[in-house]
Amino acid sequence: MNQANLDNKTNADPKTNLDRREFLTKSSIGLAGLAIAPGMITNKVRWGMLIDNNQCETGCNDCVTACNTENGLAPATKPTDAQWIRKVQLRDTLTDRVSSLPMMCQHCEHPPCVDVCPTQASFKRADGIVLVDKHICIGCRYCVMACPYQARSFVHEVLTDQKTEVPRGKGTVESCTLCVHRVDKGETTACAEACSKAGHNAILFGDLNDPESAIAKRIRSVASTQIRADLGLNTGVRYEGI
Amino acid sequence: MSSTSFSRNESRYFYALAALGLFIVFLGYLGMHQMEEHGHIVSGMNNQIVWGLPHVFAIFMIVAASGVLNIGSIGTVFGQAPYKIRTPLAAIIAVGLLAGGLAVLMLDLGRPDRIIIAATYFNPTSVFAWNIFLYSGFFGLAVVYLWTSMEKRMYVWSKPVGLAMFAWRVILTSGTGLIFAFLVVRQAYASALLPPMFIVLSFAWGMAVFLLVQAAMFAWNNKILDPAILKRMKNLLGLFVISSLYLVAAYHMTNLYFAKQTGFELFILRDGGIYPMMFWGGYILIGSLIPAALIYTPGLGGTKSVVTASALVVFGSFALLYVFIIGGQAYPLSIFPGYEVSSSFGDGQIAKYIPSLPEALLGFGGLAIAYLITLIGTRVFNTMPHDAAVVAAKNDA
Repeated sequence: MNQANLDNKTNADPKTNLDRREFLTKSSIGLAGLAIAPGMITNKVRWGMLIDNNQCETGCNDCVTACNTENGLAPATKPTDAQWIRKVQLRDTLTDRVSSLPMMCQHCEHPPCVDVCPTQASFKRADGIVLVDKHICIGCRYCVMACPYQARSFVHEVLTDQKTEVPRGKGTVESCTLCVHRVDKGETTACAEACSKAGHNAILFGDLNDPESAIAKRIRSVASTQIRADLGLNTGVRYEGI
Repeated sequence: MSSTSFSRNESRYFYALAALGLFIVFLGYLGMHQMEEHGHIVSGMNNQIVWGLPHVFAIFMIVAASGVLNIGSIGTVFGQAPYKIRTPLAAIIAVGLLAGGLAVLMLDLGRPDRIIIAATYFNPTSVFAWNIFLYSGFFGLAVVYLWTSMEKRMYVWSKPVGLAMFAWRVILTSGTGLIFAFLVVRQAYASALLPPMFIVLSFAWGMAVFLLVQAAMFAWNNKILDPAILKRMKNLLGLFVISSLYLVAAYHMTNLYFAKQTGFELFILRDGGIYPMMFWGGYILIGSLIPAALIYTPGLGGTKSVVTASALVVFGSFALLYVFIIGGQAYPLSIFPGYEVSSSFGDGQIAKYIPSLPEALLGFGGLAIAYLITLIGTRVFNTMPHDAAVVAAKNDA
């Protein structure tokens, strides 16, 4: 700001100053317009999910199927196959309570995968979505080692029939993108949509930062938790009922 | 035998040995090509065990490279004459081992063709990225070190360069330990003991490799190593082997003390099948106790015993790294403490891993690179340790 004032003072041409002012005004209007445009990536938004373990039906795999269809993943049959979301069956060893929940990238605020990536291919967008830049991932798999949630997969073989909006490639690492291609169009994630369609409504997607959003209201009113909260990663995915 | 025919024979042996090395490098290339063409599907790795046999080879070579140069440090930094004259040989072996280790590490990447990205996109928070810098620096410094230890005009610089090399080695091996130590969620790795443990392991592995190469050179030249120097060196190997045992024991003991780590320790030390077998049989017995016995038992400790002990230490290092790297990943992550879990992605299950031929070939190819560089380096440069002056000086004293 001080530098801008100094520049104005030293510049003697009033026409130039006027043009600059005009330019700044128009730019500000343009930027303000962009800020409220749908799909704009900003840190005012923090995308996240709340998963209700009580509503998640054991045996139901609809979220996994929807994720595979949406992102062009073949159903996993081998330990080398990629799995962006999986159903985990849990049994409390003290109470014997059995339940199940979907597990995927937790889109941490402080993601260990981003910290360890030597090339910055793992990165976090301003709106909290953690992604892999498929162009600069060298396939070292250090992020797979560092992820506390086993959420990352390494592409072990040549892929065919990929979706144009979901780039993937042999020799690189990948994980749940929080359906970023849908979110940027103002839509919800494929897993949340499938869960609603199945009538379970166990996955609630939304903006954690918007106090009026359904997810923000819900986490204000019910007890929810982060998995491995002890690690202090502040995950974007929260769970209730565990 | 005339000197001419001796030289011709020697050349013939040299080319035969070089051809053998090249052949193994070629086999390594075939292994790498399979993995590059078809992806890691042809390896035994999967989404639970993402670092396999190539990492065992690579980390052995990188850690041993640092350790071999300890010979040089003892000479140039701590002024021990018998070690000082071994600095050039140590520097050549170190460069060879690092080149072999890095080749394996790079060719095991999912996209080795993109390796240049590691230099153009640097992430300062990644210990991997630090290591890329540390490894390149090690190369450069080792070459300068070699120069200052061989070129008479540069002798005055050998001590400061040796000191820099010593510091660089300590940081580099700490960096290798930190690759694992920073993995806070992996029960096998999150330990501050790993950097010092890797440093001490590097001393033992580097010494063992050096003694093997030195024995081969002396045998090649029909020379016998001065018994006093052999005794010094084998005692130092023994000390490093015992120190390594101490740190490995401390690492497991501290883990056993934490209740949350007990499951992992029981897996590695008792219930994990191949892993306890390799740990107790491969590392403890074959790789540590037998070498220590060969070194310290009265009546033993001759050249043959020392060479056998050194080879066993190298064998033990592979066993330890296999348990550490593969076994460490085979044990499932603790994502839901207090719950029994299962899924289609290996949650709560011990991961399976069977090394495949292509990845084994890649590993041996890396060892062959180290071997070739050492073989050619020792022929091109005068690295044969000439102990006569040192022994004479000692006798005079």
